[in-house]
Amino acid sequence: MKMTGAEIFLECLKREGVKHVFGYPGGVILNIFDLLYDDKDIQLILTRHEQGAVHAADGYARSTGKPGVVLVTSGPGATNTVTGIATASMDSIPLVVFSGQVPTMLIGNDAFQEADIVGISRPCTKYNFLAKDTKDLSRIIREAFHIATTGRPGPVLIDLPKDVTASKADFVWPEVKIRSYNPTYEGNKWMITQAAHMIAKSKKALIIAGGGVILSGGSKELKELAEFTEIPVTMTLMGLGSFPGTHRLSLGMPGMHGTYYANKAIQESDLLIAIGMRFDDRVTGKIDAFAPNAKIIHIDIDPTSIRKNVRVDVPIVGDVKRVLTVLNKVLKEDIKEQWTEVRRAWLKQIDIWKHERPMTYTYSDEVIKPQFVVEKIYELTKGDAIISTEVGQNQMWAAQFYKFDKPRMWLTSGGLGTMGYGFPAAIGAQIAHPNKLVIDIAGDGSIQMNIQELATAVINKLPVKVAILNNHYLGMVRQWQELFFNERYSYTHLEVIPDFVKVAEAYGAVGLRATKPSEVEPVLKEGFKIKKTVFMDFICDWKEKVFPMVPAGAPIDHMLFEEKSEKAEKKLKAVK
Amino acid sequence: MRHTISLLVENRFGVLSRISGLFSGRGYNIESLSVGETIDPEISNMTIVTSGDDQIIEQITKQLNKLIDVIKVVDMTELDHVEREMVLIKVAPRQEDKAEVLRIAEIFRGRIVDSSQRTYTIEVTGDEKKIEALIELLRPMGIKEFVRTGKIAIAREGVKK
Ligand SMILES: Cc1ncc(C[n+]2csc(CCOP(=O)(O)OP(=O)(O)O)c2C)c(N)n1
Repeated sequence: MKMTGAEIFLECLKREGVKHVFGYPGGVILNIFDLLYDDKDIQLILTRHEQGAVHAADGYARSTGKPGVVLVTSGPGATNTVTGIATASMDSIPLVVFSGQVPTMLIGNDAFQEADIVGISRPCTKYNFLAKDTKDLSRIIREAFHIATTGRPGPVLIDLPKDVTASKADFVWPEVKIRSYNPTYEGNKWMITQAAHMIAKSKKALIIAGGGVILSGGSKELKELAEFTEIPVTMTLMGLGSFPGTHRLSLGMPGMHGTYYANKAIQESDLLIAIGMRFDDRVTGKIDAFAPNAKIIHIDIDPTSIRKNVRVDVPIVGDVKRVLTVLNKVLKEDIKEQWTEVRRAWLKQIDIWKHERPMTYTYSDEVIKPQFVVEKIYELTKGDAIISTEVGQNQMWAAQFYKFDKPRMWLTSGGLGTMGYGFPAAIGAQIAHPNKLVIDIAGDGSIQMNIQELATAVINKLPVKVAILNNHYLGMVRQWQELFFNERYSYTHLEVIPDFVKVAEAYGAVGLRATKPSEVEPVLKEGFKIKKTVFMDFICDWKEKVFPMVPAGAPIDHMLFEEKSEKAEKKLKAVK
Repeated sequence: MRHTISLLVENRFGVLSRISGLFSGRGYNIESLSVGETIDPEISNMTIVTSGDDQIIEQITKQLNKLIDVIKVVDMTELDHVEREMVLIKVAPRQEDKAEVLRIAEIFRGRIVDSSQRTYTIEVTGDEKKIEALIELLRPMGIKEFVRTGKIAIAREGVKK
């Protein structure tokens, strides 16, 4: 049966199980929008900016594990998706982005609203396609979903010229066969056995778990490994939730704003087991001084992640869940260690570090400390909310003071660090989980980058909560200026900040404000109770900084702590 | 160290820019690159000469392998292989040097593919050393311009290095 390209598009999406598409219309994509108008199975969520659509699809994907789908028009519609695509690409999030394109006959002519989005998005997609012929469309869409969701996941873009959506072709649904794309899932058995022996021999082993654990669904296997062998676990920013944050073996996050005990443990460790992480510079600090005493086992599905930044003794390419399943089996059946005995001294040392420098801040009952807000959110939600963040101090405080026990509850732009990510991502997550509490922990700078999505949240009756840690500054940048640029606050004071309560109200949402510590809990309680979109504006101590902090390029055990500024100065000099 | 990397890639729209984009985006250098069809018209061969320490070369081959359109990556430097390059050199010698230019061309098994009153164009193939030696010999004779194809390489049969 002959179908138009637009009909083929819709049929393919249904076969891929797509229920929600995030998008924005325009001239060349109208054939598809017209069909969506009265389609019963697929709902289009109209955002107010294409960047918002991509972040929303990304939040949808992170919170469900299913690919997020985006539909936009050509030219500016397509170029507006780039930041969202790059954000997903850096964090390995599966997306399929459809962009309209001018008719094939006009491509290359600088036609109205033409942009070479295939060229522009090439370096930030896992793969991209220009569909030139309607008869290839279903194969391309099927391949796109396959590529986006398998191996190391990532965003895929399909450019759809207008005539391709209008012309007709027979519908086909061919099996995906891509001879040049064969991700490795099974780890090499010999390497895994090597790893098991090293684990048995090590005295001070440490697991660093990254986002790959979550992407592969390997949390259960990770927990089994850690508990069985009594190895403590530190989770990267992307790995939060891959291992229970409240577990006795959890050391929280390592790196630039990581815990004292995680960084200490890395530096003292004799064996690092890196799982689904890629040794980002925010984790390693000065690379030559990183984990000087440790042998390294590195498990990752992407061979390019291995030995990119650090030397590795046992590389294991494969899917985290499958590799850990085999590793656990080898450890249990072939190597019968007295694990508790082996680890006793090491765990005791870690306990000492935990007591030496716990993750804390100084509470005040005069001015709201941003950490206090995060702590209260954690307390009131009992750790059972989906938390997204913007970027900056808000993101780090959320990572430090909210404890994630389950995967896919934490949505943050790790690799790219995109301000404006959190609010649309929360909207996407709320669409996927209508009955869950979804909270964006935001900064007053970042929230203004996609604040227009208030309309999307209100129209779709989404009870998304936004907790703004309002410090009137681009706080994280201000922090660097205070510490490293002689307190010269060049263009980081925001001066004019809109009244967020009124902004929320103007869009038909609810706005609440707390200016004193005693108001924090009541505002949160009220905000969580209201079944509407709520902005909660917390006027915070603008001087507060994120600690501990490892200055960029320093070894990760050279940490700055919250101290009287004089002392901090001295310490800083010593580190530099 | 320099490496000659041979690739089999899908002969598809945009594949060259995916490969060159990988090199420019990650700061690897390309000393030469040549592309051509293979026995299967759906597959192209690319020969890339690049340089870097072992870690960089390992990353380059892994990154190339990761590209969806790349079917096979072989670091020829690790194999016994044959490398060839072709050069076209246009020389404009003085009257008294003309005979010498022809003699040099002959020694290098070159062919004169074009000649005018003032110039000869010489075609020579060979490995890199030979081509460079030829250019050095002809330089004092007055090279107007030369064009090189970049290296191509093929593995030898049956022997392992
Ligand atoms: C799109 C984008 N532009 C610039 C930056 C650089 N940047 C990182 S943190 C930050 C300040 C964020 O300020 P705010 O949202 O108020 O959060 P705070 O740090 O105060 O919590 C800036 C400008 C960025 N990460 N993203």
